[in-house]
Amino acid sequence: MSLVLSDVRHSYALTEVLGGVSLTLSPGGVVALVGPSGCGKTTLLHLCAGLLTLQEGAMHSGFAKPALMFQQPRLLPWQTTADNIALGLRAQGVARSDARTRAQAMGNALGLDAEALAAYPHQLSGGMQSRAALARALVLQPDLLLIDEPFAALDIGLKAQLHRLLLRHQAEQGTAVLMITHDLMEAVRLANTVLVMAAAPGRIVHRHTPPGAALTRSDATVYHDTAELLRVPVVREAFGLDALQEEGRAASEPAAAVLPLPGARVPLAPPADPGAAQLPSSRSRQCG
Amino acid sequence: MLRLLARVLRGLPGYLWSGWGAAASLFLLLAAWEAVAAFYDPLILPDPLAAFAALWGLVQQGAAWPAIVATGRRALMGLALAVSVGSLLGLAAGLSVTASVLSRPLVTVLLGTPPIAWLVLAMLWFGMSDGTPVFTVFIACFPVVFVSALQGTRTLDLQLRDMARAYRLPRGMALREVYGPHVLSYLFPAWVTALGSAWKVTVMAELLASSDGVGAALAASRAQLDTAVTMGWIVAVVGCLLAVEYGFLEPLKREVERWRETPL
Repeated sequence: MSLVLSDVRHSYALTEVLGGVSLTLSPGGVVALVGPSGCGKTTLLHLCAGLLTLQEGAMHSGFAKPALMFQQPRLLPWQTTADNIALGLRAQGVARSDARTRAQAMGNALGLDAEALAAYPHQLSGGMQSRAALARALVLQPDLLLIDEPFAALDIGLKAQLHRLLLRHQAEQGTAVLMITHDLMEAVRLANTVLVMAAAPGRIVHRHTPPGAALTRSDATVYHDTAELLRVPVVREAFGLDALQEEGRAASEPAAAVLPLPGARVPLAPPADPGAAQLPSSRSRQCG
Repeated sequence: MLRLLARVLRGLPGYLWSGWGAAASLFLLLAAWEAVAAFYDPLILPDPLAAFAALWGLVQQGAAWPAIVATGRRALMGLALAVSVGSLLGLAAGLSVTASVLSRPLVTVLLGTPPIAWLVLAMLWFGMSDGTPVFTVFIACFPVVFVSALQGTRTLDLQLRDMARAYRLPRGMALREVYGPHVLSYLFPAWVTALGSAWKVTVMAELLASSDGVGAALAASRAQLDTAVTMGWIVAVVGCLLAVEYGFLEPLKREVERWRETPL
């Protein structure tokens, strides 16, 4: 019972967006796919969710109850928050009153009070809408949760809250999670396995295992591990970062020596301390 | 159902209270009418009281109700035809890009042809029967409903469609809860607009092509140069429209579109 992708390829017209992706997600595992915009992450997730038809390669899913959480909340504007959360349950044939009770319980667990549950989506803040979308997925008690960077638009505090809620639920229920994000730190914070993707065509170039269980990782561990991950040359290349400076040299050499090639976008100040070398300084590769 | 009734009843005082604004603007209109009437001969423009008295006379004679019922029957028949055919065809056309591209210029032709031209054709085809006003109403209202239904289907949100598929909504449930409300939010205003023009077009058609109904009565009062009775009929027609609009459609709209951000 796991999700296995082997050599999955996908093209839109003549553009190859996925060039042979293989991965395995076991029950209870959390895999994060990280990569620059346009590397085919969303395509891969939509293939796993069955929203796109597999073109080439093989995909086998032993999970019975997958749930997908989109990049945007995608709530029905004409239904109350509680009804929106109950939508998936009712699609499975759960009676309306029962579905609503369970939706309310899940909403409460994710910090939505009775007032928010009775409101329409447009009356909620962005953070509340994301909570509702998460509740709509979690209330199904999925054995596989597919997440498409839903926390990207939230501020750092809300993001941390939702991360905690998600991790707690994952630890209690043993849900397998396949999440995609472009935020390395988010990936390192949440996942057991971080897979770094590069674009044109989309492929997995690096595999990283953050230390310890996700719930026990301290902020310091996450920062340190993210920094370590960012030192890996293929990861830097995938995100279009410059080659890493030697730590001793970056501080002592004149600025001219660390300037990137002409045409690259750079921050105004040259990196003065070793930590700053991790700032994204140019994007050499972009694709739609 | 009971909950719905309770909610409607709870909202009623608020709704009635909001009617004061509408009443005030109607009374302003009456005041302006009164003011203008003071300057002119009653033959040109009688004052509101005279018009209401004439209408009251018609009601007492028993002439008012049969005429209004006949007009209402024709308007509603034409409207029902236009709403059902227009909605169905518009939805169907919206599902296909080719059909929507093809139908747009045709709709423009229909909208651009004046109703009075259709009326002349209808008189040639249907003579003095009910068919004439019903057909004219249908042809005047159809394009409005059709275009809205078409747009409603064309603008279906792909994101919500994917959401419905990802959460495995059964087809019926997706239609009822995802596509239906969206299309309805386009169709409903079109139906309201169509109702208004149905009422007006019926009166116009009756004026030329019927021997009963409000339009025919207007033709008679014009022939007798009876301006007070004419104004009485106009008051009756507008009053009916106001009653349907604010007594039925507006509350219905508020109930159906409670989820919308309230603009005012």
